[in-house]
Amino acid sequence: MTTATSLHRDLGLTDDEFQQICDHLGREPSYTELAMFSVMWSEHCSYKSSRGHLKTLPTEGPHILVGPGEGAGIIEVAPGVAVAWKAESHNHPSFVEPFNGAATGVGGIVRDILSMGARPIALMDPLRFGTLDDARTRYLVDGVVHGISSYGNSIGVPTVGGEAIFEECYAENPLVNVACLGVIEDRLMHGRAEGPGNVAILIGSSTGRDGIGGASVLASAEFDETSAEKRPSVQVGDPFAEKLLIEACLELIARGVFVALQDLGAGGISCPTSEMTSKANTGMRVDIDRVHRREPGMEPFEVMISESQERMLAVVEPARVDEVLDVCRKWEIEANVVGEVTPSDRVEVVSDGEVVADVPADALAEEGPVYERHLERPGWIDRLQMEDPGDAAPDRLEDAFFAVLSSPNIASKRWIWEQYDHMIFLGTLQGPGGDAAVIRLPNSDVRVAITTDGPGRYCYLDPYEGARLAVAESARNVACVGARPLAVTNCLNFGNPEKPDVMWQFAEVIRGMGDACRSLVTPVTGGNVSFYNETKGRAIYPTPVIGMLGSIPEGVPARGLAFVSDNEPIVLLGRTDDNDLGGSEFAKTVHGVVAGRPPRLDIEAEARLIDLLVELRDLASSAHDPSAGGLAVALAEAAVVGGRGFKLGPRNGELHRWLFSESPSRALVTCRPDDVEEVLERADRNGVPAEVIGTTGGDVLGFAGCDIPLTSVTEVYEGALVETLSSSID
Amino acid sequence: MAFLASVNVMLKEGIADPQGQTIERALPALGFSGVEEVRVGKRIRLLVDASDEHDARRQVEDMCERLLANPVIESYEVIVES
Amino acid sequence: MSGRVGIVVFPGSNCERDCEKAFRDLGAEPVMVWHGDRVLPDVDIVVLPGGFAHGDYLRTGALARFSPIMSAVRSHSGSGGLTIGICNGFQILCEAGMLPGALRKNTGLKFMCRTTRLRVANAETAFTSRADEGQVLRIPINHFEGNWYCSEDTLVSLQAKGQIVLTYLENPNGSFADVAGIVNEDGTVFGLMPHPERACEELLGSEDGAVILGSMLDHVTKRVAV
Repeated sequence: MTTATSLHRDLGLTDDEFQQICDHLGREPSYTELAMFSVMWSEHCSYKSSRGHLKTLPTEGPHILVGPGEGAGIIEVAPGVAVAWKAESHNHPSFVEPFNGAATGVGGIVRDILSMGARPIALMDPLRFGTLDDARTRYLVDGVVHGISSYGNSIGVPTVGGEAIFEECYAENPLVNVACLGVIEDRLMHGRAEGPGNVAILIGSSTGRDGIGGASVLASAEFDETSAEKRPSVQVGDPFAEKLLIEACLELIARGVFVALQDLGAGGISCPTSEMTSKANTGMRVDIDRVHRREPGMEPFEVMISESQERMLAVVEPARVDEVLDVCRKWEIEANVVGEVTPSDRVEVVSDGEVVADVPADALAEEGPVYERHLERPGWIDRLQMEDPGDAAPDRLEDAFFAVLSSPNIASKRWIWEQYDHMIFLGTLQGPGGDAAVIRLPNSDVRVAITTDGPGRYCYLDPYEGARLAVAESARNVACVGARPLAVTNCLNFGNPEKPDVMWQFAEVIRGMGDACRSLVTPVTGGNVSFYNETKGRAIYPTPVIGMLGSIPEGVPARGLAFVSDNEPIVLLGRTDDNDLGGSEFAKTVHGVVAGRPPRLDIEAEARLIDLLVELRDLASSAHDPSAGGLAVALAEAAVVGGRGFKLGPRNGELHRWLFSESPSRALVTCRPDDVEEVLERADRNGVPAEVIGTTGGDVLGFAGCDIPLTSVTEVYEGALVETLSSSID
Repeated sequence: MAFLASVNVMLKEGIADPQGQTIERALPALGFSGVEEVRVGKRIRLLVDASDEHDARRQVEDMCERLLANPVIESYEVIVES
Repeated sequence: MSGRVGIVVFPGSNCERDCEKAFRDLGAEPVMVWHGDRVLPDVDIVVLPGGFAHGDYLRTGALARFSPIMSAVRSHSGSGGLTIGICNGFQILCEAGMLPGALRKNTGLKFMCRTTRLRVANAETAFTSRADEGQVLRIPINHFEGNWYCSEDTLVSLQAKGQIVLTYLENPNGSFADVAGIVNEDGTVFGLMPHPERACEELLGSEDGAVILGSMLDHVTKRVAV
């Protein structure tokens, strides 16, 4: 074996980590071993900065079949029906190469779901970009959306929702998160390489030099001017190969051939060989000469850490190898036996008859460094919270309304989601543009609701409160479509964890998320941490994206956000605090201010509202939660999508506060006039304040004393994003 | 003998090419004036085993007719190097 | 009602399950047919479903037409059996020369997934008998290459023979003469970019797709009965 000493720094390992590797091995590592440690101990793969904090999250509940630590969380949504739910980030690759970065992000999360034995059935894409006045940002938006569209559409998994938020802080660190829902069709798989003597089969695309060191180089360090030169680290996606991989694996899962299955993502083949054996207390001997390659002359270390896409590693009993190879041949994908499970606890890598790596599996997968990073509440946050939140009355209410409505954060995202196939599988009962997507599982009447929310601005002003607000909003969103919130996945996007203020933000977000999830009984089933979203020393807003899953009981009618008939009373549930304008879209758009404190959340009031929304399933003809943009935007959306206006009753006080406040724990519902007493009574019984604020119908948006024609509102709401994008492109 | 062949596949003259039009519209903004008739096509590279250059060309033209180009909307040009 | 429906699965097809469900819900008996097979099972209707057969690499539909099953599909339609190509299936039928024209990239150079309004231009076909001429159907499209093209002469001939079956009310993709779906001269092969299988249920927003799939079932069950 050749050894490598000072190379470790180039590979992103510290001197101390290098010493730990030597201690694990009792000698200096070979070059191949060092490369394997560098990817497996990278922040992206090892969660070395976050692990201690993540442990505090609630992860168990009656519906949770599999929690964090596997490819995806598994949740029982109806008796005997289980789904997989998981979010991931592909932020750094997408900044370097938006099309392929975003596309391979989709591919990666889909394989996570597949590794659990589930068929992927829905995707959501929460996106964050800089502002659209910047040409580079417009290029990124176009490339990322095209990448998601191209990959997701080709593999035939609908993209049913997501978010697109535009904020200066994301200009050089766009966030490309992606969540995937899957359904277990035949049997739950796991990633435990049981049974010495069983063989490991690598299925899927050939291995090339693409994506070498992606985890360590791209996702675990800040960007600087040289990042463009790291372009070779970005992988190129092949959705056709992924589609065949999905079908072949699902067929093999149904046949019960696999002992274990894991995807190859960050860390390449080093990851499943060490993780699957570590979990099963076994070892594996990997003959990397048998790994099918797409280019000649690859070094062993390159094969071990290549992040070439569309690959899975399966463990199979020797007697069933031929069956696996036959099915793969039918689907026209390559499959080769590349290793054997051993009774030792080591991953041995053999090339050309020579052992090039011999490492304890636990050392790679489980015993990586854990850092209790220094954290400190920064002084600036106190000053920020004391500043004027930007809540002064606008010159003209109507101008403020149109300014907020045409903000790319608020206006319709149709331009984006019409590029996504959001209908395939005939299960999208409610697609993009609503509070949550409603998915009917294939060949079944079971329906689930999914949504993602990540209010970065609130988290910037107060990470603890912001994280609680994120969980509350996502739970409220699924409740709006009639679902009971069940489980959370997440994507936690932050700056450099080696900086005490970023680490403090992270710790506060975890604390807030944990508290809110405990209160709402929505355990965290897994997720992803993306650090180092920082360029030239400037970090993004702390942005935890919460992916909420809810289940809808049988027989519940579909309910959207749109006003569906005229002359229905509009009931506002929950309490509006006129001072909840800190961090609001109004403050940002009208006054250019992001300061003060975010809206205050009473999590018990939120829980009561959610119960009520679930209970109103038989009565409410529509439900919609006022969030960004407040009541004004919620009412406008219900009117535009429903194609009918409304008239509100007169109000006292400063109208702009009532209309644009972003108080949580509220919802707008409509019902038949005959049912309004019952709605109010149920609200009272649940301890939720309720008030009839107006009536649907007509062709104007009648905000007390300020009538705005529905046609002009529709034009602005539907056209603003396209106009911003295309006017700047020419 | 192996011959290196290239096939340029283009949309036929007269068939609208929105990709080309988009590029043509974008170039002036970057300071490239006086650019016209931008058309986008694709280039396919093949290594062909053939007895001579003529044979190689004949084979590749056959491939174009049957697979590499769609005669309804595309035209092609074959270039063979030895 | 019955009717045996063979749904051809190419590597990269992805709407085959949706077609299966839509046809089954209409009372038909769908079966999956692998593209590598050389013979069709005993079916009345062949469906080439949407998706990205062979990755749509090179050109959409270009490789699929060489699949072994395609010669059986040709003989099926030659002997009067019905064939419908939906989206990618339409692209394959054009590449295979079973329908005239070709599908180019949408003029907007974007993938489009949205519900479109279609006018039934010919209600006398085996695929539209449940409709009235001029009837407007709401059916979703889902494609990047749906911009149909043919020569002027071909168009004139198609119009004269009633082969233009569906046209867009609001042309979404630049398609020549607003064409959304056409039949061959024999009236046995139908290709269309919209996805009728996505519009067979009120819960999904429209039942108009069932007009097309149901017309086909009417046709084949009548034929069987005779």
